[in-house]
Amino acid sequence: MFKKTLMAMAMGGTLAAGAQAGEIEVMHWWTSGGEARAISVLKEMVEDEGHTWIDFAVAGGGGENAYTVLRSRAVSGNPPAAAQIKGLEIQEWGDLGFLANLDDVADANNWDAQLPTVVADFMKHDGEYVATPVNVHRVNWMWANPAVFESAGVEIPTTMDELWEAADALKAAGVTPIAHGGQAWQDATTFESIVLAVGGADFFEDVFVEHDQDALQSDTMIESLEQFKRVSNYIDQGAPGRDWNVATGMVIRGEAAMQFMGDWAKGEFTAAGLEPGSDYICAPFPGTEDAFTFNIDSLAMFKQPNASSTEAQMAMAGLVLSDEFQQTFNLNKGSIPVRTDMDMSAFDSCAVEAMDTFKSTAANGGLVPSMAHGMSTTSSVQGAIYDTVTEFFNSRSMTAEQAATQMARAIRAAQ
Amino acid sequence: MSVTSKKGLDYWLPKLVLSPTVAIAIIFIYGFIIWTSVISLTDSTILPRYDFVGFEQYVKLFQNPRWLSSLWNLVVFGTLFIGVCMVVGLVLAILLDQQIRAEGALRTVYLYPMALSFIVTGTVWKWLLNPTVGIERFIHNLGWESFQFDWIVNPDMAIYTVVIAGVWQSSGFVMAIFLAGLRGIDTSIIKAAQLDGASLFSVYSRIIIPSMRPVFFSAFIMLAHLAIKSFDLIVALTGGGPGNATDVPAIFMYQFSFQRGRLGIGAASAVIMLMTILAILIPYLYSELRKPKDA
Amino acid sequence: MRDTSKRYQPVTGRAILYGVLMIVAAYYLLPLILMILTSVRSMEDIRMGQLIAWPESFSLEAWRQAWSEVQIGARSETGLKPYFINSIKIVIPAVAISTILGALNGYVLSFFKFRGSDFFFAALLLGCFVPFQAILLPQSQLLGWLNLGGTIPGLVLTHVAYGVSFTTLFFRNYYVNLPHELVKAAKLDGAGFWTIFFRIILPISTPILVVTVIWQFTQIWNDFLFGVVFSDPSSQPVTVGLNNMVNSTTGETRYNVDMAGAIIAALPTIIVYVVAGKYFVRGLTAGSVKG
Repeated sequence: MFKKTLMAMAMGGTLAAGAQAGEIEVMHWWTSGGEARAISVLKEMVEDEGHTWIDFAVAGGGGENAYTVLRSRAVSGNPPAAAQIKGLEIQEWGDLGFLANLDDVADANNWDAQLPTVVADFMKHDGEYVATPVNVHRVNWMWANPAVFESAGVEIPTTMDELWEAADALKAAGVTPIAHGGQAWQDATTFESIVLAVGGADFFEDVFVEHDQDALQSDTMIESLEQFKRVSNYIDQGAPGRDWNVATGMVIRGEAAMQFMGDWAKGEFTAAGLEPGSDYICAPFPGTEDAFTFNIDSLAMFKQPNASSTEAQMAMAGLVLSDEFQQTFNLNKGSIPVRTDMDMSAFDSCAVEAMDTFKSTAANGGLVPSMAHGMSTTSSVQGAIYDTVTEFFNSRSMTAEQAATQMARAIRAAQ
Repeated sequence: MSVTSKKGLDYWLPKLVLSPTVAIAIIFIYGFIIWTSVISLTDSTILPRYDFVGFEQYVKLFQNPRWLSSLWNLVVFGTLFIGVCMVVGLVLAILLDQQIRAEGALRTVYLYPMALSFIVTGTVWKWLLNPTVGIERFIHNLGWESFQFDWIVNPDMAIYTVVIAGVWQSSGFVMAIFLAGLRGIDTSIIKAAQLDGASLFSVYSRIIIPSMRPVFFSAFIMLAHLAIKSFDLIVALTGGGPGNATDVPAIFMYQFSFQRGRLGIGAASAVIMLMTILAILIPYLYSELRKPKDA
Repeated sequence: MRDTSKRYQPVTGRAILYGVLMIVAAYYLLPLILMILTSVRSMEDIRMGQLIAWPESFSLEAWRQAWSEVQIGARSETGLKPYFINSIKIVIPAVAISTILGALNGYVLSFFKFRGSDFFFAALLLGCFVPFQAILLPQSQLLGWLNLGGTIPGLVLTHVAYGVSFTTLFFRNYYVNLPHELVKAAKLDGAGFWTIFFRIILPISTPILVVTVIWQFTQIWNDFLFGVVFSDPSSQPVTVGLNNMVNSTTGETRYNVDMAGAIIAALPTIIVYVVAGKYFVRGLTAGSVKG
C-alpha cells in the first residue's frame, strides 16, 4: 500500500515537474579493476540525469560480506536503494516485502520483449519486476593457451574423452594440464560444468534446480563425480586455496594449458595485453558447446522512504538496460549484454560466440542457471552442495557413491 | 547537613561512575547473548523471525558433519596454538632477558606482527606457504630438490600451517607478557640462588618459572580468546580448506548466519561457542572472585 | 686452563644465543619484507615472473596509486586516503573513551569496592570473549533505533562497548596491586573521589595507560567486521577500503598496488609498536599481568 502510494507520488512528480533529483545508495561488490570501471559507467550516467550516486562497495568472495552488510542494514530499517543481489536471493528479499515494484519502468521500456524469459523470471517476484539485470556471464568456458597445446602436439579438446587424452599428453609433456584454484566456489564451478557435460542440460536442472533425490543418487551423478575427481590428477600441487586469477596467470605464462572458469577470466588476459583467438583460446567446456550456464548479475531495488530516492531508483533501473550502458559495462566486465537485440560488433570473438550460444540455447534449450554462482538454488542448498563437492574433491578416501549419498542428504537437510 | 550530603555523594559517586559500563554489560553483552539464544530456538532464515521450533536447530547443527569437524579443528588448532605460543613466547622472553645488546630492536621485531591484521598479511602468508610459489620452491631453487613443505595443500596437515601463522602473529605478545613477568621478579632471590651454586637452568626451572603462575594464566586467557575467536586468520589463509580441513566454528557461524540464510543454525552454533567459552572462563572468574581482598 | 674455558664458553654461548634470536627475527620479518619487495615491482614483472622474486624494477608508483589514485568501486574519491581518514576519526574517540572508562572502572573496582562489585567485574569479563559475529544483527538493530546506523559515532559506540571489558581488566589488575595505604591516607585527609583519582592515581598510571592505549588502538584500527557491517560509504574504515581494493571477485589483480595498500593500512599500528613498544613491556612489567 505504502509502496503504491510512493510510486504514485513519484510518477505524479515526474509528470508534473519533470525529473526530481534524488539520492541513490548502491551496494555492490564490483570493487576493483574492470568491474570498478564497469560500474563507474552507470554512476556517471545516473549523475548525468541529475541524481546523486552514493557508492556502497563491500568486497569479499562473491558478495559474502556484502550480504552480511545488507542484512544488517535491513535489520536496522535502512536498506540501500539498490543492492547487487542475484538468483533466488531476490525471491527471498521479495518474500520479506523489502523490494520495490519496477513495473512502470519495465512497461515503459518494454523489458518483457527485450529480455529472454529465463532472465526476466529471475527479476520478478510474484510477477512484478523488482530487480534489473546488468549482465550475463557464461560460466562453462575453458581458457586455453594454444602454444602449450601445440608444443604438446594435442588439439583443444571438445569432448570429455578428448579432455582426458589431451590432459595425459600435456602431463607427459611436463606442463600442468589444468590450472585450478582449490576454493569451494572454484571446485563447484568445475563440477557443474562436468555435470553438464556428462548428464546434459535436463539432468543438470533435475539435480541443481529440482534437487530430484533419484537424480542426485543416479548413476549419471556418480559418473559425474568420478569424472570430476579425475581433474585432481591433472592439477598442480599448489592448487588448494589458490585465487582464480593466479590460476589464470599460469595459463598466461604457459605453465598450465587450460583453466575452467567463467568469462570474467578474460579480464586477466586483456590486462596482460593478449588477443583472443591467437594468444589465448576461449572454448566451451568440453562436451557443453550446446549449453550455456548463466550467471546473471542484477541490482534489486529496495523500497525507499522518500519520493526523490524512488525517482532516482526508477531512473537508474531504466538506464541499466540502455544500449549505451549494456555495451560499455559488458565490454569492461567480459560478460555479454542481457538484451538479445544488441549490436555485438564492438565485442570480441569470445563475447560474440557467447551471445550466439545464449540466443540459440534460450530458443532451443540448454540454457541453465549456474549452481556454483547462486542462480539455480537457494544459498542454503548451494552451500550444502559446496560443502560436499569440496570435501569429496580433497578427500583421499571418499568414493563417488558416498559423495552422491552425502550430497543428496545434505541438500535435503538444507531445503 | 553538609556532612550527610557529602556522605551520600561519596556513597553514590563510585556507582554512578560505574553505571555506563553496567549498562554496556547488560545491553551489549548479556542482552545480545539472550537475543542470540532466543533466535537459536526459532526457524529464522535470512532475517530474524520469531517462530519457535524448540531445539530443532541444535539437532540440525549436530547432524551437520561440517560443524562436527569444525569443532574438532578448533580443539586441534586451539591446543597447538596456545601451547606453541606459550613455549615460543617463554623461550624468547628468557633469551631476551640475558642482557641482549639489541633487545629493544629485537623486541619490536617480535612484537610487530600483533600490529598487523590478517586482512593485511593474509596474501603473503598464502604465497609463502604455497608449495609452488613459496618456501618450498625457494629451497628447491637453492638446490635442495627433495625439500618438502606442502602442508597448506594437504588436508591432514593444513591446520598446522594455520598454527604457524597464528603463532607468528601472537607469540610476540606472549613474549612481552612473559618478559614483563621475568622483569617483575625480585632479583635478590635469583642472586642468592646463584651464589648457592645453582645453574642458570635450575634457577629458571625451579625458581623463576614457578613464580610466574599468574603470568601463565593471563597469557592463557588472552590466547584462548584469540583461538576461539580466530576468523580473519583462517579466512585469509585457507578459507577453511582444503575441503573442510581448517574450518572452525566462527567461520561456520558467519557463513550459516549471513551467507546461507540459516540464521537459526548460526545462532545455535553461537550459543554452543559461548557455552564453550564459559566453560573455560568460569574457573578463571572463580579464581578472580575468591582472591583475597587486599593482595 | 680453567680460566680460558670459563671465558670462552660464555662467548660461544652468546654467539648461539644471538644466532637463534636473529633467525627468529628473520622469521618474524619475512612477510613484511616480502610485502615491501612486491610493492615496488611492476605488474609486468610480477605477471610474467614469479610471485616471490627479487624486484627486477623499482618504483614507488604502486604506493602513490594505492594512497590516492586507485579506483575502488565507483567512488568519486579515489585511493585509500578517505578510508584512512575515517579510521583516524573512529580510532581516536573510541580509544580515548574506552580508556577513560576503563581507568575509572578500574579505580572504582579496586578502591571503592561495594557489595557486588567483584561479581560485576567477573561478569564484565565475558565481554572479552563474545564472538563478534554473533552480535552483528542485534547491534545493527540497536544502532538503527539510536539513529546511529552507518555513522562514525555508531562505530565509536560499538568499539567502546566491546573494548571496555579489556580496558577495565587492564586497569583493575594494575590498580589492585598498588599499595592501598595511599588511597586510605588520602581518604582520611578528606580528599574526595575525583581528587584522589586525579592527584594520586592518574599520575602513577602511565605504564598501564600506555598498554591500554596500544591494545585498544591496535584492536580498533585493525577491526574489519564492525567496520564493514556498521559503516556506510561515508564512514568505512581503512580495513574495509583495503579489502575492497584487494578482494575482487571478477576483476584482475594488481599485486604491487595491493601490497602497497596493505602496508599503508598497517602503517599507524606498526609505528605505534615501534615507538611505544618499549613502554608496552615496561607497562606490562609494572603490574598489569600479575593479576
